Amino acid sequence: MKNILQLVWMVPVLPLIGFLINGLFRKQLSKPLVSLVGCLSVLSSFVISVLIFLDVKNGHTGVVNYFDFISVGKLHIPFAFQADQLSALWLLVVTGVGFLIHLYSTAYMKDEEPQHYARYFAYLNLFVFSMLLLILGANFVIMFIGWEGVGLCSYLLIGFWFKNNEYGNAAKKAFIMNRIGDLGFLLAIFWMVLKLGTVTYHTGDNTGVFDLVSKLSTFDITGITLLLFVGATGKSAQIPLYTWLPDAMAGPTPVSALIHAATMVTAGIYMIARSNILYTLAPVTQTVVAVIGLATALLAATIALKQNDIKKVLAYSTVSQLGYMFLGLGVGAYTGAVFHVMTHAFFKALLFLGAGSVIHAMHHEQDIRNMGGLKKKLPITHLTFLIGCIAIAGIPPFSGFFSKDEILAAAYANNPIYWYLGVAGALMTAFYMFRLYATTFLGQFRGTEEQKHHLHESPLSMTFPLIVLAILAALAGFVGVPEVLMPNSHALGEFLAPIFADSAKHAHAHHLDHSTEYVLMAVSVIGAAIAIIYAIFRFTRKPDLQEATGFGKVLADKWYVDEFYNGIIVRPLNWLGKFLNTYIEKGLIDWVVNGVGRSVNYLSRQVRLVQSGQVGSYVLLMVLSILVFFVIQFFLKK
Amino acid sequence: MKIEYYIVLSLALFCIGIAGVLTRRNAIIIFMCIELMLNAVNLLLVAFSKMHHVAEGAKNVAMAGIDGQLFVFFIMVVAAAEVSVGLAIIVMMYRNTHSVDVNFLNRLKH
Repeated sequence: MKNILQLVWMVPVLPLIGFLINGLFRKQLSKPLVSLVGCLSVLSSFVISVLIFLDVKNGHTGVVNYFDFISVGKLHIPFAFQADQLSALWLLVVTGVGFLIHLYSTAYMKDEEPQHYARYFAYLNLFVFSMLLLILGANFVIMFIGWEGVGLCSYLLIGFWFKNNEYGNAAKKAFIMNRIGDLGFLLAIFWMVLKLGTVTYHTGDNTGVFDLVSKLSTFDITGITLLLFVGATGKSAQIPLYTWLPDAMAGPTPVSALIHAATMVTAGIYMIARSNILYTLAPVTQTVVAVIGLATALLAATIALKQNDIKKVLAYSTVSQLGYMFLGLGVGAYTGAVFHVMTHAFFKALLFLGAGSVIHAMHHEQDIRNMGGLKKKLPITHLTFLIGCIAIAGIPPFSGFFSKDEILAAAYANNPIYWYLGVAGALMTAFYMFRLYATTFLGQFRGTEEQKHHLHESPLSMTFPLIVLAILAALAGFVGVPEVLMPNSHALGEFLAPIFADSAKHAHAHHLDHSTEYVLMAVSVIGAAIAIIYAIFRFTRKPDLQEATGFGKVLADKWYVDEFYNGIIVRPLNWLGKFLNTYIEKGLIDWVVNGVGRSVNYLSRQVRLVQSGQVGSYVLLMVLSILVFFVIQFFLKK
Repeated sequence: MKIEYYIVLSLALFCIGIAGVLTRRNAIIIFMCIELMLNAVNLLLVAFSKMHHVAEGAKNVAMAGIDGQLFVFFIMVVAAAEVSVGLAIIVMMYRNTHSVDVNFLNRLKH
């Protein structure tokens, strides 16, 4: 089985080939062919990923070197892929969910023109390629290439319908905010090169970043980890750089599911989980990560309470769940965070695809106030969406319960305040998800007659991914059953143990006794159940259709964070730009440049008079010049 | 004769030539003035040549100081060639403008 590792290059290369075919021949290929190329390339990646995963599970991990990517002086950055437990797990999620979403897209995007349809699949394949590069890279530079690649694809896909100006702006916003974070990542890489002279994670002769970590001072580790975290806040939409993610919903819904919920936004968590040893040794950063994660989780949850756009609710819920993952990372529950990434990928992709199915059925209506009563018309969508909602709300035995519980238990062990706030966020999650569910699927239909007439369940290529994801969302939790419920059944924890082994040595284990853990679980589950029941009762009969007032309006307007950023960053920048344009550019630079032109013009007009056409004057000038020459030659020259 | 006489004479001729070129508009007269200047130089060359020959002759060098006279021949040959070209130009000019006034030749200005 050693040969499987040699195949690892094919995992990213196949989607790349798909991208090249679809991208280059987008005007020639027919839609079925495009779908075939797009889906098949990702499906074959998935098959290879499964083989790699099984191989890794048997203990065959390793790094495959391909060539020297950068070689300057003593610095060698190889182009290498790393197949280990963490990357294998992520490979499965990305290619698996990625394939389902490709399949879903074939139906969802079928109304696009063939050329744009091909463009869409080309972007999607390019995204999968970049994401796989990010995951497989055996050093921070390769990860950074993938990191930039997914950012680019995110930009391209948010602005997929580029004729709409607003969508274009959303794309630009996402790209620019990501770049702010990327700068932090880049600086962290420079810092590593400066201090360690390497960016490779692990090397055979113990000269990788994580091997040399003991050589770094606390200041260096804290600086590097903080800068890496800045990168993560950009990509994974945390305070203060989270505002791009809700706007990113401008893209097609499957894109939101794949990029802005299941995979790309978890890149920050992947990076931190990958460099867990650095974070374990930097307690200050850990606290920052936990606090920011928790704050984001709460802020986004409160905003989600009052959103009326089905995708916006899910977007804020994504931001909020990402906050939980960072909370997990911050309190040292790396396995829990990775676990939550996995379950979240399933149930959030499911919810987004379900939302896509609803939007599809409602003819691009996204406002839940115009929906209602879709339960009977969209039975499969309804059922799968319900499973997704229960999973995210944290009701056992659905997957969200196990992963969220693991994070919250670790948070309690670290600091009970984290737990109180985390549970408050979880209750809000349950509440707003079921507000969304009840308003969309229960009660009376509130749309137009025409919409009602057209309501239909989506085709099989859309419902099939929903069903698969629903099964995963329901059952995925069983790979990580907590110790207290069933001893020695945390399969995921055992699988990932080698990755976090170094951190485990440094961290002093907090162990909650079983009764405490039972109480914590019971409180969060009962709380969530109450929130769910309350939400269903409240919104089934009487959805809040009117505009929010008072504090509700503050939430509906997203705490005015966008306006705040506009005020302190965008507006002053615009003002500065206008000032520079009017006074510096036009007033000074243009004046100087035009002045040079004008003075040359003026002087030439004067000099032109010399050329009179009178032979006499020419001769006179000649004679005078010769005289001057003689004077200089004989009298003035030394 | 003293060399100064020659110098003054040729200087006078040269200045007359310059003044003529500068002031006259008739192409033929300008041409004559140019010849005047050339010959002023010739005169000077011959005079200096003679002077050097006398000075060197004391040492019994037969060929001393003759290079100035050789130059004069060159100038005459070149001047003859120049005259043929110049007169041809003047003929063409007359054919075109029915005049030999150089001030009519101002079309290059534009």
